[in-house]
Amino acid sequence: MKLGYFTERPVRWVPEEVILKNGAHFAVSNSYFDRERASEDYNYYIDENLYAEELGFDIVALNEHHGNPFCMGSVMNVEAGILARLTKKAHILLIGNPLPVLKHPLRMAEELAEIDLISKGRLITGWVRGAGSEQFFNNANPAYNREYFEEAHDFIIQAWTRPGPWRYEGKHFHYRHVNPWALPYQKPHPQMWIPGTLSPETIRWCAEKGHPYFGLGTALPATCDMWDLYADEALKHGYEAGSENFGYLLPTFVAETDEKAQQLGQGFLFGGGQNTFSRVEHTLPPGYNSKEAIQKLAKQPQGSWLGISGEKMRGQVEEVEIDPVKIRQKLLPGYERAQKNLQFMIGSPKTVIPKMKAILTTLRPGSLIVFNVQGPVSNQDRQTSMRLIAQEVMPALKEHADSIGLVDAITKIPGTTKARAGVKRNPVADRGLLKELGMA
Amino acid sequence: MIKSTEEKLNVAGAELVMVKAGSGKPLLILHDELGYPGWMAWNETLAHERTLLIPLQPAYGKTPKIDWVRSYRDLAGFYSQALREMKLDPIDVIAFSAGGFIAAEMLAADPRIFSKAVLVAPMGIKPEQGEIYDIFPITIRTHLRATVADPFKAPEFTKLYGGEMTPEQFEAFEDARAEAARIGWEPYMHNPSLPHLLRGTKTPTLLLWGTADHVVPRGCIDAYKKAIPDAQIAIINDVGHRPEIENSAEFERVVNKFLAA
Repeated sequence: MKLGYFTERPVRWVPEEVILKNGAHFAVSNSYFDRERASEDYNYYIDENLYAEELGFDIVALNEHHGNPFCMGSVMNVEAGILARLTKKAHILLIGNPLPVLKHPLRMAEELAEIDLISKGRLITGWVRGAGSEQFFNNANPAYNREYFEEAHDFIIQAWTRPGPWRYEGKHFHYRHVNPWALPYQKPHPQMWIPGTLSPETIRWCAEKGHPYFGLGTALPATCDMWDLYADEALKHGYEAGSENFGYLLPTFVAETDEKAQQLGQGFLFGGGQNTFSRVEHTLPPGYNSKEAIQKLAKQPQGSWLGISGEKMRGQVEEVEIDPVKIRQKLLPGYERAQKNLQFMIGSPKTVIPKMKAILTTLRPGSLIVFNVQGPVSNQDRQTSMRLIAQEVMPALKEHADSIGLVDAITKIPGTTKARAGVKRNPVADRGLLKELGMA
Repeated sequence: MIKSTEEKLNVAGAELVMVKAGSGKPLLILHDELGYPGWMAWNETLAHERTLLIPLQPAYGKTPKIDWVRSYRDLAGFYSQALREMKLDPIDVIAFSAGGFIAAEMLAADPRIFSKAVLVAPMGIKPEQGEIYDIFPITIRTHLRATVADPFKAPEFTKLYGGEMTPEQFEAFEDARAEAARIGWEPYMHNPSLPHLLRGTKTPTLLLWGTADHVVPRGCIDAYKKAIPDAQIAIINDVGHRPEIENSAEFERVVNKFLAA
């Protein structure tokens, strides 16, 4: 199993009230941008990733978002290029480049090839569709989001593997002269790991392509169901899925004591946390979701789906309360519930180890990425968490992973276990602990 | 009440669902970006003298999506082919908002396709002043609210859109928004070449606009007038983007006068 490190590189200087008053991180005015603090933190976060490698994390993971102070990564390939040069052995995982909103797959193929070359084959590239808000920020037609995504993906693989020059006339992309003179170091090309929040369409697509799928802090029972969907689909494509096909990203904050971890871990709620990534009208732009997903949303007026309830989406509830103290109070039960459901991992090493083992047992991921805290937590506290995870938690997790046979996608190439005719596939999740955890 | 029917046609190489009602000379109605809202008071009045033909836009729930249609101009081409195949051209048209965009594209390609054109708060040309309201980064409720000056003074608006939104309504609105985005995302609900291609159009055209329209600014009407100097302009005071709902009596009067002339 591989253990990775991830941070959103949070913007730590915008007052929380500003985000709360805006009702979301997306669309907070950049008049609050502070070039001195930003310059300092871009450098700091590079150093933090180097520290992760020094501590023994196998993977450093980057992402990007646009038009908000939730994540400083606006162009993660720039950061990846720097890390490619400065790191020595850590794999650089991109979760992921938002293909539909970047609109230029040939340029993407070149950028990633350079990163892979500089790192001598340590790039693991990943793709996302881009959050709803990013369709607005980048003016990418949301109704073509999935088509852009799939066409760009297929084109990049061709650009990396088919000798040029050749001409490409697709539905959405057109190139007269495909002949990039930067090709990946890895052959045929870097692995592609796909992060997501359990969209069945994406999971089916990953299984078809043989790309590992990464649950982004998703609820354990639903994740087990989607793992099964992936594994069943994989059989249709002639292979048996195993732990190498799965990964999981877990918001994690560790301190010397549970009390301190609980206090600082509330940084995950900063500005409303993940729930206020973007306002409802920016979250699901028209045409962004499949008909199936919209029908599901339409019929579940009280339900929550991708963090947006049907009721909210219909615009019944648009008033935003802006008292930070009250909002924090309202968020706390969710914070506690998320910990109970093991979707937030907060505590001392002694507290988190058994819980993280339970996740490994249940989801059987080949790779686990810990996601450091959001909000204005000091560099020192962030690094303490990283150090405690690496030195006290990681050995126990790796030992446990070995004992239950978790293999990562770097060690075992996904799709290499052929499906066996007439033989039931191996389980890809273990629901045994869910009942004990009150989640069955 | 006059009975309307829904017919599934195979026309212009595709399936098209058409609402039909009334009797008399055919009159084409192109609904707006939110889709056909259902039978309204002004439909009832007009249907006594005219056969109303209301195509339900592809991908708006009933007519299947046409994949090759990737712009309002493409859609206009499809509708024009359909009218020619059905031998309905030239025909009078009343077209609303994005429907006005479609009608204007049809006119630009073939001014003889319409005998008379009523464009109600038409999108399609970039206004010289103001902006077409961006209907995509808002919820459906906000959008609906923005289409009228005062929802409480428009009983038909409340009848059509008031109360709890049903799952079916929600899905229909999302279908409509998705398709409007697919073909009108960029340039946003207009076509830079349209004013140039409309130049010199002699088809009698009425531009109708409400003074409290928050969706399509007066600048669009001015831009259309510049492109079609012979066009008449009718202004209805104190109504928004849905004059046919907010002041249906005045709407009917103005439209009837123009069509009868």
